[in-house]
Amino acid sequence: MKSFQYVITDEMGLHARPAGLLAKEAKNHDSEISITKGDKTVSCTRLMAIMGMCVKKGDTVTITINGGDEEAVYTAMKNFFSENL
Amino acid sequence: MLKFIGKGVYSAIAIGKVSVLQKSYTDTTRLKADDKNGEISRLEKAKNEAIAQLQKIYEKALADAGEESAQIFDIHLMMIDDEDYNDAIRDMIEEGFSAEYAVAETGKSFAATFSGMDDEYMRERAADVKDISNRIISCLKGEATENTDSGNDLIICAEDLSPSETMSFDKSKIAAFVTAYGSVNSHTAILARSMGIPAIIGIGRDFLSAVKNGDTAIVDGGTGELVVTPDKETLITMREKQQAEIKEKSLIEENRGKENITIDGTKIDIFANIGNPENVKNALLYDAGGIGLFRSEFIYLDRSSYPTEEEQFEIYRQVLSEMGDKKVVIRTLDIGSDKSSDYLDIPKEENPALGLRAIRLCLARPEIFKTQLRALFRASVCGNLAIMFPMISSVNELIEAKRICDKVKNELDEKNIPYDKNTEIGIMIETPAAAVISDELAKHCDFFSIGTNDLTQYTTACDRQNPYLDKFSDTENTAILRLIEYTAKSAHDNGIWVGICGELAADTSLTEKFLKIGIDELSVTPSFVLKVRDKVRKIKLEG
Repeated sequence: MKSFQYVITDEMGLHARPAGLLAKEAKNHDSEISITKGDKTVSCTRLMAIMGMCVKKGDTVTITINGGDEEAVYTAMKNFFSENL
Repeated sequence: MLKFIGKGVYSAIAIGKVSVLQKSYTDTTRLKADDKNGEISRLEKAKNEAIAQLQKIYEKALADAGEESAQIFDIHLMMIDDEDYNDAIRDMIEEGFSAEYAVAETGKSFAATFSGMDDEYMRERAADVKDISNRIISCLKGEATENTDSGNDLIICAEDLSPSETMSFDKSKIAAFVTAYGSVNSHTAILARSMGIPAIIGIGRDFLSAVKNGDTAIVDGGTGELVVTPDKETLITMREKQQAEIKEKSLIEENRGKENITIDGTKIDIFANIGNPENVKNALLYDAGGIGLFRSEFIYLDRSSYPTEEEQFEIYRQVLSEMGDKKVVIRTLDIGSDKSSDYLDIPKEENPALGLRAIRLCLARPEIFKTQLRALFRASVCGNLAIMFPMISSVNELIEAKRICDKVKNELDEKNIPYDKNTEIGIMIETPAAAVISDELAKHCDFFSIGTNDLTQYTTACDRQNPYLDKFSDTENTAILRLIEYTAKSAHDNGIWVGICGELAADTSLTEKFLKIGIDELSVTPSFVLKVRDKVRKIKLEG
C-alpha cells in the first residue's frame, strides 16, 4: 500500500471536471485507489461520491493506492494531481 | 402590458414571440414492474441512447458555445456512468420498481444531496443530476428530446432550463431565454452568455401564468426586464434602443484593434478616463490605448481616515499591471471643500472652485502628498506609470511639487526600494494662468493634459454647476481653443507631448481641429474611445 498527501490549489477545488477525469483514470488501473478528506474515504472510481466530499481549494486530501501495480499508479496519481488540481 | 424583473444575463435586447416550454417527463406514473430483467435491459438500452444523445449535444455545444461550455456535457457523460448512481437505480429495479421510477427517484435523491451542500458550485450540480435522469426517462418512454418549435425570434419561457435543454434549441431561431428560477452562475446563464443570447433568470413563478404562446414580448438582458404584450410606445422605444445597441456593437467590432489614424496618415493616441480600478476592464473592452486620466480621489472619499500607503500601492499596482505596457496617467489627489470627507478637515469655503484644493491642498499638507507619491513610485515598477498634478497655476507650484517627488525618490533610494526612474511627471492645464505660461511650464515637465472642463469654467467665469449659464459657457468658444492651441505649441516647442482629458476630447465635431493643432492624445470615457477612433479614421487633413 502506498499513499501521499496533496493540498488542492485549483480555485474551484475538486470540481466536476477533474473529479470525472480522476474517476476515468482510476478505472484504468488494477490497483484500488481511494481519496480521504477528514474522516471520509471514498473510492476514486465513484465520481458523484468524490464530488459529494466537497473538496475545496486549500483542503488536504490523502490518496491511497493498493494493488499489484501500485508503484506505477502512485507516480501516475501524483502527476495527475499536480497537473489537474 | 405586463412587466417582470429578474436577473439579466447577456446585455442585449430581444423582441420576439413567447414560446412556453412544457415539460412532461416529470410524470412517472408507472411505479411497479414485475419483469426485473426486462426492466434492466430497457434501462441499458435507454442509457445507451441517452449517451449517444449527449455525445451529439456535446458536439453541438462545442460548435455553438465553445469548449468551456461543452465541458458541461462531458461531465454529464461521466455522471451517467457513475457507479453509485447506476447501483442505486438497479437496486430499486431489483426491489420491483419500474426503470422510469427508479431513475426518477435516484435522480431526486442524488440531486437533494448536491442541493444540500454549502458550496454554490456543488449546489448547481443538482441540475446536472436532474438533467441526466430526465434524459434517461425520456429515452425509456420513447419521447423526442429535440425541440421542434417552429417560427423565429422565439422567447423561450420556462420554469427552469437544464443545460441540455438550453443547448437543444436551434440557435438561429432563439431570441431569448426567460426562466422563473436559476442563478447567474447556472449553466443556462453561462450557456446563454457564451452563445450571445439575452436571457433573464430568476424572474419568479408568476410570469408563467402571464405569458402564452405567440405573445409579443421584449427581453432586456441588460436591465433584466421582461415586457409581455408591450404597448405601441414601449415597442417603439425598445426597438430604438435595440437598434442603438446593434449600431454600437458593430462600431466596436469594426474599430476594435484598429489604429487611430486619419485617411492621410496622421496618428493620435486615444486613451480612457477612469475613476476607479473596476473601470479598467471597460477601458480594455473599448480598446483604449492607455489610461489618460485615473482620478485618484475615490481612494480618499467615503471613508473616515486617511488611506494608508499600502492600500494605495495595492490599487495603483493592480491598475498598472492590468494595463500591462500601456501608459497609465494617475492624477494626484484633486479634492477641495466641495468634494471632501470629514477626516480631511478642509475649512468651509465661500467659493470652493477657487479655494484650497488639488495641488494647493497637497502643497499645504505635504505629508498627505508624500504618502500618495510613495505609493505611486513604488507601483511604478508594475507597469507604465505617468504622474500628473492637478490645478497648477504657477511655475513655482510645479517646482515645489517636483521637489517633494525628489524627496520621496531619495527616501526610496535610501531604503533600496525599487521604482521606475523614468516615470513621467506632467501637469493638468486647467487654469487660464497655466495655459498662458505653458511655454514656461513645459520646461519643467514631461507632458501636459488639458482639462477642458475647468479650463472653460475659469476662462469664461461660468460656474460648471449652474444650469442657467449653459448658453454663456460655449465650449467652442474661441478663447478656449486659442488657449488649447497655445498650450499645444508650447508643448511641442519644448519637445513634450500634450493631451486633452476633458469632455471636449470626446466631442467629435472638434476632433479634426484637435488633429490640426497637433494634439498627441485624447482621453475620453471608455465607451467613447471607439466613437472617436471611428471619427479619426474618416478624417482627411490635407486638401
